Amino acid sequence: MMTTTTPTSVDSHRPPLGWFVSDCVAIGKRQIKTFLRSPSTFFFALFQPVLFVLLFSFVFGGAIPIGNGLNYREFLLPGIFAQTVTFAVAAATVGIAEDAQKGIMDRFRTLPVNQASVMVGRSFSEMVERIMVISIMSLTGLVVGWRTHTPWTQVLGGYGIYLLFAYALTWTGLFVGLTVPNVQVAQTAGVAWVFPLTFLSNVFVPTKGMPHFLQVFAEWNPISSVALAGRQQFGNPVVGVGTSWPTQHAALLAVGWSLTLIAVFSTLAVRRFKAKRD
Amino acid sequence: MTLAIEARGIDKTFDGVRALVGIDLDVEQGTVVGLLGPNGAGKTTMVRILSTLILPTAGYAKVAGFDVVTQSDEVRKSIGLTGQYAAVDEFLTGRENLRMFGSLYHLPGKLAKARADELLEQFSLTDAADRTLKTYSGGMRRRLDLAASLIATPSILFLDEPTTGLDPRSRLGMWEVINSLVATGTTVLLTTQYLEEADQLASRIVVIDRGAVIANGTSDELKTQVGGDRLEVVMKDAQSLAACADALRPLASSEIVTTAVTRTVVAPVAGGSAVLPDAIRALDAAGIQFADIALRRPTLDDVFLSLTGHVAEEEEAASGKKRRRKGAGA
Ligand SMILES: Nc1ncnc2c1ncn2[C@@H]1O[C@H](COP(=O)(O)OP(=O)(O)OP(=O)(O)O)[C@@H](O)[C@H]1O
Ligand SMILES: [Mg+2]
Repeated sequence: MMTTTTPTSVDSHRPPLGWFVSDCVAIGKRQIKTFLRSPSTFFFALFQPVLFVLLFSFVFGGAIPIGNGLNYREFLLPGIFAQTVTFAVAAATVGIAEDAQKGIMDRFRTLPVNQASVMVGRSFSEMVERIMVISIMSLTGLVVGWRTHTPWTQVLGGYGIYLLFAYALTWTGLFVGLTVPNVQVAQTAGVAWVFPLTFLSNVFVPTKGMPHFLQVFAEWNPISSVALAGRQQFGNPVVGVGTSWPTQHAALLAVGWSLTLIAVFSTLAVRRFKAKRD
Repeated sequence: MTLAIEARGIDKTFDGVRALVGIDLDVEQGTVVGLLGPNGAGKTTMVRILSTLILPTAGYAKVAGFDVVTQSDEVRKSIGLTGQYAAVDEFLTGRENLRMFGSLYHLPGKLAKARADELLEQFSLTDAADRTLKTYSGGMRRRLDLAASLIATPSILFLDEPTTGLDPRSRLGMWEVINSLVATGTTVLLTTQYLEEADQLASRIVVIDRGAVIANGTSDELKTQVGGDRLEVVMKDAQSLAACADALRPLASSEIVTTAVTRTVVAPVAGGSAVLPDAIRALDAAGIQFADIALRRPTLDDVFLSLTGHVAEEEEAASGKKRRRKGAGA
């Protein structure tokens, strides 16, 4: 049989799960370094969140009365958080499409590792960027007068919902990035689905005033659930929600949506990555 | 004799485009085979199939004794791939790239570090080791790319146009590296557009055109088939063409061709570079004045012309432009 050169002493004692974790870490480390050194980071992780918070709170801040003397800015910000977290996912889509267009994906795909680790490692490292986005948004929010009014445990729960949702969207974004033919398409496709989804939601206005079919859509829209859950967790104004099931169970629905998206899109993305053999 | 690579009847169709048509390929363990062909011939497609990146439409291939379709995990344990386009991370330094791949190949931490340093040294990249790849020249990137595929000392190495885009000095350096790998017993399948390169590195050459094998043999066999070296003499005027041909006749291995428009005499010759001084002496003795004289080795164009009766075509020249653009952007 093959009397080939011995592979450079591969350490075979570790169990497969151990290898899986260490592969994820190696991929994740690369991702984080790339992220910190890439110029687009400045735009996606710093500029965009600050811009969104400032723009929307000053442009719409005084213009839309939500009644009862409630503070619109405090109503708006948890929605803007959900919207910005969603927009930030475009970075994941563009990033993976860029990698696929370069040769590096090919090298990953010729590695003798469980290929899923390439995607899983990446999904976790993307969260570093999302955490940055959420922190910067919150700080900017505090500057423009947004406050939380609940015990810290509940505030933490609110952030947990945003993070889980961000993770779910990351998988969605990675799948889209693996599906598009090139980076140019990724730049468009990365945000194309985000626009209708964020505007047909309760981010800017209460859903109560919408035409019926839009209202149903907006109430079930995961971004609405996350925004509403955020408002509740932070003790920000909750208005015009009605009595429908999705508005009565916002936090549950937000978590449910996130878990479902994670299950569906992580499976699809990993399968897509492995099966990219045409 | 053990085959490191064995492919039979490989077909590949990309939505209607037949990129490969029934390719057979054998690579004996420990040897270098050169896959030679013009732009669009199907070289990259073949390498991608053998390195488990894409699936063949028909046919089967074994690499290191494992089927590339059904046992791709096993195949990946024995191979290294340096693709046509750089497969390293721009934002990482040379060292970081190598260490990352070391850990992905499951080398223990210490060994991964040592191996990275060793390869950086071997590829003369030690000085640039801690700079991000964005600051690397094309040749440096290419070397790092090759280094990355050697991290785990693969027994079978695929090199897709390893020297395209390199300056002559870097090309020679790359040839040296490849030769030293072969000396340690590595099996190499390399693709190239240059006969000279295949000649330098490969013990056997497989010529493909439009997805099919059109010739297969040692470099000597191919050259004989093409007609070997040619002596080209450019005259000062067309009158002395016949006299020149007469003077060169004893040295020619077959018929001499004279072309009045270009004032050239082309004589197929055997015996390598020793022919040149002989020819000059013969012409001198006959008192013939010439403008230029040169010994030409067969080029890929000659191989093509003689094997297919057509030159590498326009359509392929166009895809060559595309390739260069892509290469420059990477
Ligand atoms: N993914 C693809 N989709 C459609 N056609 C493809 C694809 N990959 C390759 N082809 C086609 O298959 C043929 C062979 O391409 P391949 O890249 O293998 O050639 P090559 O010999 O490597 O050329 P080059 O010297 O330019 O690298 C070409 O006609 C090319 O257009
Ligand atoms: Mg090619």
